Amino acid sequence: MKLITAIIKPFKLEDVKNALHAVGITGMTVSEASGFGRQRGHTEVYRGAEYTVDLVPKVRLEVLVDSKEAETVINAIVKAASTGAIGDGKVWSTPVEDVVRVRTGERGSDAI
Amino acid sequence: MNFNTGDTAWILVASAMVLLMTPGLAFFYGGMVRGKNVLGMLAQNYATMGIVSVLWITGVYSLAFSGTGKWIGDFHQFGLNHIWQQATGFESLTIPPLVFCAFQLMFAIITPALITGGTADRLKFGAWTIFCALWLVIVYAPVAHWVFSPSGWLFKLGALDFAGGTVVHANAGAAALAVILVIGKRKGWPKERMRPHNVPFVLLGAGLLWFGWFGFNAGSALSANTLSAFAFINTNTATGAALLAWIIVEKIRDGHATTLGAASGAVAGLVAITPACGFVSPMGSIAIGFAAGIICALAVGLKNKFGFDDALDVVGVHLVGGVLGALLIGLFATKMTNAAGSNGFFYKGGWTLMGHQVVAVLAVVAYSFTVTYILAQILDKTIGLRVSEDAEQAGLDLSQHAETAYENSSYSDGSRFLSNFTKTK
Repeated sequence: MKLITAIIKPFKLEDVKNALHAVGITGMTVSEASGFGRQRGHTEVYRGAEYTVDLVPKVRLEVLVDSKEAETVINAIVKAASTGAIGDGKVWSTPVEDVVRVRTGERGSDAI
Repeated sequence: MNFNTGDTAWILVASAMVLLMTPGLAFFYGGMVRGKNVLGMLAQNYATMGIVSVLWITGVYSLAFSGTGKWIGDFHQFGLNHIWQQATGFESLTIPPLVFCAFQLMFAIITPALITGGTADRLKFGAWTIFCALWLVIVYAPVAHWVFSPSGWLFKLGALDFAGGTVVHANAGAAALAVILVIGKRKGWPKERMRPHNVPFVLLGAGLLWFGWFGFNAGSALSANTLSAFAFINTNTATGAALLAWIIVEKIRDGHATTLGAASGAVAGLVAITPACGFVSPMGSIAIGFAAGIICALAVGLKNKFGFDDALDVVGVHLVGGVLGALLIGLFATKMTNAAGSNGFFYKGGWTLMGHQVVAVLAVVAYSFTVTYILAQILDKTIGLRVSEDAEQAGLDLSQHAETAYENSSYSDGSRFLSNFTKTK
């Protein structure tokens, strides 16, 4: 099993959600995040004083998948989240040892 | 006494409009501070409304306007005793003395309130209330007497100040600079990011100020007639010109015209036209407004150059704008607007008026700065003016008032002392 984590532009969330539905993903966790990568932040000016705002608002999306689906899911996210501009974000996958569905007690792939 | 009901009604309304300027100012300033200090700012301004309202009636009105003294009033109208008598030199007024007292009260409220912008984010609330009360008595009352009372020495000299460019703005600006020098910089300034937390509040406050300022300036005619109409139209014209000038400076210098710049420019214009609005022509007010917009937009950079932390630019806008307006009267004043005024340099009046204006500006700024500096030093050495480092880090809202304005309002300012504060006691 894999945990796919994606940091994307907030306005791309809708597209990414739809793309994940299309490849059969039924659940996900989304949280608001902020950070920076190579994009860095932006500059604001107040009464002539410049401020660099380096933490940019992003959305973090997490999906648990079966290992064999990981590639499809990653590709779906990357395709849907891409604008080609700087700051599009990142997607990575992490191996997951175990998963439990709280309601039923099912474990492993059955719990996904 | 023969009162004119039209004049009386107008000045009562104008008084209420001037009162509204202080909440307006509180939002103008409150939007510019960080989210953890906005209630602290509002609290200092509202407390000022309370303190001055009580003290003015009790005795400060009498000290400012009663009697024939050159330097200060007397105790004749303490507790509003003898309030059926017009203040000395105001015998020809067509409004009841009590209405004049109410109108002047509102000026006395906003003047100390202006100081809170310079000292933002670091004053103890209790210390502010004591400072405010003492400052009102030993700085505002005498200065108002010198300039506004016909027995005051600057009034007698022939210096012109229609609505308080020196008494209110230069006075508050100089006082703010003095307190800033005593209490020092905000922790982290100028390195740390301290951007305005709510620019829409700033614009809302500026709008309330602009509206209330019609009461301030046009009301200063103390009657409803052509003179008050001149003051009204000059106020609006200069404000518009200053707004445009400030954002033009920004566009050229920084690349963008900003909303904060528009609000700041409007306030700079309001400040600069205040002393001049009842003495200049509408075309003159365009020149004064443009000059104020450009010069104040540049003057707010002085604090970075000289290293004094005038948090919200009270010096750059109110001291510089107030002085500028007072001096430009020396050029633009015309008896065609106000027969009781004088002609400035551009209206064949020579440099006499300018000379009087320079004396008035120097006297008010020097007195206000010196006395305020001494007062602030004494208070700082005794009760302490400044909050502790932990309290400053947590924000005035939490440390001074046990409130927060927003969910997580300290979070975005990296307040690691937040938990300490909630746990103590």
